[in-house]
Amino acid sequence: MSDAVKNSAWSRAEMAAKVAAAIPEGWYVNLGIGIPTLVADFVPATREVVIHSENGLLGMGPAPAKDAIDPWLINAGKQHVTLRTGGSYMHHADSFAMIRGGHIDLCVLGAFEVASNGDIANWATSVNDTAPAVGGAMDLAVGAKRLWVVMEHTTKDGRPRLVDQCQYPLTALAAVDRIYTNLAVLDVVESGFVVREIIDGVSFDELQARTGARLSQ
Amino acid sequence: MIDKFVTNMADAMSGIADGATVLVGGFGQVGQPNALIEALIEHGAKDLTVVANNAGTGRAGLARLMELGRVRRIVCSFPRSTGSVVFEELYAAGKIELEIVPQGTLAERMRAAGAGVRAFYTPTAVGTKLAEGKEVREIGGTNCVLETALHGDVALVECWTADRWGNLVFRSSGRNFNPVMAMAGKLTIVQTQHVAELGELDPEVIVTPGIFVNRVIHVPYGDPPL
Repeated sequence: MSDAVKNSAWSRAEMAAKVAAAIPEGWYVNLGIGIPTLVADFVPATREVVIHSENGLLGMGPAPAKDAIDPWLINAGKQHVTLRTGGSYMHHADSFAMIRGGHIDLCVLGAFEVASNGDIANWATSVNDTAPAVGGAMDLAVGAKRLWVVMEHTTKDGRPRLVDQCQYPLTALAAVDRIYTNLAVLDVVESGFVVREIIDGVSFDELQARTGARLSQ
Repeated sequence: MIDKFVTNMADAMSGIADGATVLVGGFGQVGQPNALIEALIEHGAKDLTVVANNAGTGRAGLARLMELGRVRRIVCSFPRSTGSVVFEELYAAGKIELEIVPQGTLAERMRAAGAGVRAFYTPTAVGTKLAEGKEVREIGGTNCVLETALHGDVALVECWTADRWGNLVFRSSGRNFNPVMAMAGKLTIVQTQHVAELGELDPEVIVTPGIFVNRVIHVPYGDPPL
């Protein structure tokens, strides 16, 4: 990575804040494990966004203070959480009816790769992994009204994660609508990836050089 | 008088046969019927198919049942998680069969079993490894995978409060798979933290009506570990 890119690349928190800024009041939102979980911290308390956790919480609140942990209240990542005023509990079949029935406005997931047709690979770490943990990823990717992905633009060794065709096992076909990376915000449209925003000091051509599929502006 | 309460674990486990499919509630450490799992180990049934979200953690409970060689096959959505050491060992040694199911499909297959739906089509998993070998059909312009109902010979459930009719309420995220497994089990066995007199539970808030429950045992163990 060049110094210009390294210096201005968005941090995990900045990526999460970007996503949060784009979520309007009133949306029901499911946040995946990792950077997506951080998004909740950047939604202002005055904006009523209802966070869903697939283990049966609607209206999930922030982590509790250490001395106020409820051992019965965890999220899908098995972290202790709180329930906001107005929140509710439901069992797994109802929770996934919210997801699979198209009631969730937005799901934000991490990914290994996203293809220019919107295919997402985010569950199996290699084609040889015979016991990968899928959890709710396939239900969420297909069922939510919108799917946004948050991930690093490239792998640690510099290989693109935005590609023409995913190499990792697929989670869902043509499901991704938008991607927030540490370098750019991109939408997935009929013709492929469209760049909406690039970090300061990085040109479109430099972004293209780090991407495994053709970008348009 | 209907009284589904039993007072000892031998009675609670009575009739569970070798080869049974056992649904086990819980998500993470919350809402897991740990006392019933221990009793199942004691009971001795083997060659089991276990359906649970996770493939056990540590060396106790579900992990111990597997380590003792009682589980032939596990059906779950999240086999590989922190501390799933016993599963990892058995799976690497070829000593346990695994069926991975998307979490929502897992819940819905059990809901279908409880509701008498033999199979259903869902877009979840279309075009992925988890749809390989399954019928795919276009419905309303969307490709869908045919998934079949998932019945349990036995369901092991944990709840917060139960009455003698087997009406159940749960506590926050301890609800998880428990109500849907109660529906899908032919023999549903419940461990409850608290006991209510009949009529004490508000009919408006009962989550699992007693029709889905066969036996209840009072196990006031306290809170899940932090």
